[in-house]
Amino acid sequence: MKTCIQKAFLVGATSGIAQALAERLAASGAALFLAGRSGGKLDLMARDLRLRHGARVETLAVEFEKTEGHAGAVRRAWEWLGGADASFVCHGALIDQKVCERDFGEATRSFQINLLSAASFAGEIANRMEAAGHGTLVVISSVAGDRGRQSNYAYGAAKAGLTAFLQGLRNRLFPSGARVLTVKPGYVDTPMAAHIRSSLKVSADRAARDILCAAEKGCDTLYTPWFWRPIMLVVRLIPEYVFKRMKL
Amino acid sequence: MKHIRWSCDPLPAPADRGTLIPLGLGNSLGDCCLNNGGTVVVTRGMNRLLDFDAETGLIRCEAGATLDEVLRFAVPRGWFLPTTPGTSFITVGGAVANDVHGKNHHWAGSFGCHVTRLELLRSDGRRLVCSLAENSDFFAATIGGMGLTGLITWVEFRLRRIVSTMIETESVKFRDLDEFFDVSEGTDARCEHTVAWVDCVTRGRGILMCGNNVDDAGAAGATLKPHTEPRLNFPHGFPSCALNRFSIRLFNQLYYSRQLRKRVRGLQHYSQFFYPLDVVKNWHRVYGAPGFFEAQIVLPPDVAKEALREIFKQAARFGQGAFLVVLKKLGSIRSPGLMSFPRPGVTLGIDFPNKGERTKKLFTEIFRIGLDTGAAFNPGKDALMPPECFAKTCPNLESFSAFIDPAFSSNAWRRLTKGLL
Ligand SMILES: Cc1cc2nc3c(=O)[nH]c(=O)nc-3n(C[C@H](O)[C@H](O)[C@H](O)COP(=O)(O)OP(=O)(O)OC[C@H]3O[C@@H](n4cnc5c(N)ncnc54)[C@H](O)[C@@H]3O)c2cc1C
Repeated sequence: MKTCIQKAFLVGATSGIAQALAERLAASGAALFLAGRSGGKLDLMARDLRLRHGARVETLAVEFEKTEGHAGAVRRAWEWLGGADASFVCHGALIDQKVCERDFGEATRSFQINLLSAASFAGEIANRMEAAGHGTLVVISSVAGDRGRQSNYAYGAAKAGLTAFLQGLRNRLFPSGARVLTVKPGYVDTPMAAHIRSSLKVSADRAARDILCAAEKGCDTLYTPWFWRPIMLVVRLIPEYVFKRMKL
Repeated sequence: MKHIRWSCDPLPAPADRGTLIPLGLGNSLGDCCLNNGGTVVVTRGMNRLLDFDAETGLIRCEAGATLDEVLRFAVPRGWFLPTTPGTSFITVGGAVANDVHGKNHHWAGSFGCHVTRLELLRSDGRRLVCSLAENSDFFAATIGGMGLTGLITWVEFRLRRIVSTMIETESVKFRDLDEFFDVSEGTDARCEHTVAWVDCVTRGRGILMCGNNVDDAGAAGATLKPHTEPRLNFPHGFPSCALNRFSIRLFNQLYYSRQLRKRVRGLQHYSQFFYPLDVVKNWHRVYGAPGFFEAQIVLPPDVAKEALREIFKQAARFGQGAFLVVLKKLGSIRSPGLMSFPRPGVTLGIDFPNKGERTKKLFTEIFRIGLDTGAAFNPGKDALMPPECFAKTCPNLESFSAFIDPAFSSNAWRRLTKGLL
């Protein structure tokens, strides 16, 4: 698939979905700036993309929790790429709900990574895109943010916050011509969801294909795979007095 | 099962302080990648290409990369694997750990002969870069070391140049084993790649196939187009009773008769020539649920003919037919690997559908014949060899043992060394 994304910035680049995105983008000739937690992993990934696709790739190790460093990271990416056609914010952590219930420190960490850190990167990128009047910001949220459920509301609340934050950004950026795409994946076969067994699981490459397609089309929200849209519609429509009695 | 997805990651901790064994694609035909009661470390996520020198053909990749992936990268650039087994669906780590050999062993040696460096991750966290010059003892133990010396994280090896993906082939029919030995004498000298399929239900008639890479870039059909994805998938639940003496006899008959003339020349894409089984995903399902047992044996040249006759006779006595059985001559190029299986002689690869006790008894006979004739068995493809047989046919067992990682073990290793070490 050819895309018109020729310069891309990926945050959380070593996550399963981001790796699949990078693979597709490099194959279609895009230059990539990869930011992630582990310099070692970024280097391995960059070597592979450069070799197999002859792609132009640069990497930067960042600490996601330290939001004060994000502006600098985005600046480095913009300078190296010379502005970005698309940016992908892909980092996240699925922390076990039971652990969060026992230890609010862990719940805080879930908010820290899934909401604060992602929103901080999204905000920095949005400022640049607004100024340039160009670009697409793609952020991985989750179907878990559509409704709080007992099984993972520490994660879900963070993603719900992120989804609302992105709605606001989209609203703000609209006149400038820059776009925001909120991605809500279901179960994707990545290390993060390795413990989940489900017949609804899809490959990371399938998710990446859907994401790039939606980014090209200028969609606002993407459920991937598509069937999560009707499923979540039903889940959202259940009245609270019924929902609270359900084991979800 | 635990995954390791990056070559810079630490080893996963074994469950309940048990042992570890790496798993590539699980395409070795025995139990060397199984570990009952312990943990299997899946290496497939670790599949990145790291360095490539377009001048010398030296490539470095993570150990979970498959030969298939390496070929897709190398072929369009005019490079090919130095040697390849009969399937491209194995990992580079698995190729090193079993020191695999191909149809060009008499010209190129085994895979291990082309490895220049590798990194070994031990359970104490040490990372050893091994080569003929550095940590050379670990290098020798790891090539053919069946995953027991630690986890191979990356491998650097030499590719060979090609100007075309096509192979000029020649296939020659032979009526019996005598004729095979006569014919292969000539073809071994002339052709880089040779292998023979024999019909063991008869006296050993078969077809010898050999070939050379097309070395003229201007030749007809010379391109550098790599292979495509497999299209056919063998269905689950194939009835195992469909495989019996009669159907196998019929199959062998048909296969032998598909070539009418004595000698046929042709031109084949490398994928057809090297990987005839790769076009059908999950071909092993033809054996149904009970599966099959494979043996690969290398017989010393002077006794090979007699020993082969004896093996075919035993197979007939136990009423066990086998599909096309593979014969090939191994050359004298030595691998740096301490435990490497290939050695000069004639190798027979044979797989029998699992018919329970009957099959096991037949294997006992085959092992006996092997021991009587000074043969050796490939531990990477075996699931039945008794410890005495392993000890007798594996001269370097003791020195190898010193390099085994204390946290590593496998079903094969426990079975093969029971009561020995
Ligand atoms: C159709 C077919 C044809 C074949 N033809 C040939 C042939 O012509 N010649 C030949 O020699 N073999 C042949 N084989 C056997 C096959 O090539 C080898 O058994 C090969 O080692 C399998 O590789 P794998 O990646 O599937 O490894 P696995 O089967 O998963 O593992 C094999 C061994 O390698 C070890 N291992 C795997 N990865 C690592 C790692 N990263 N670090 C350390 N140890 C590791 C495992 O622990 C195990 O001991 C054939 C097999 C098939 C199915």
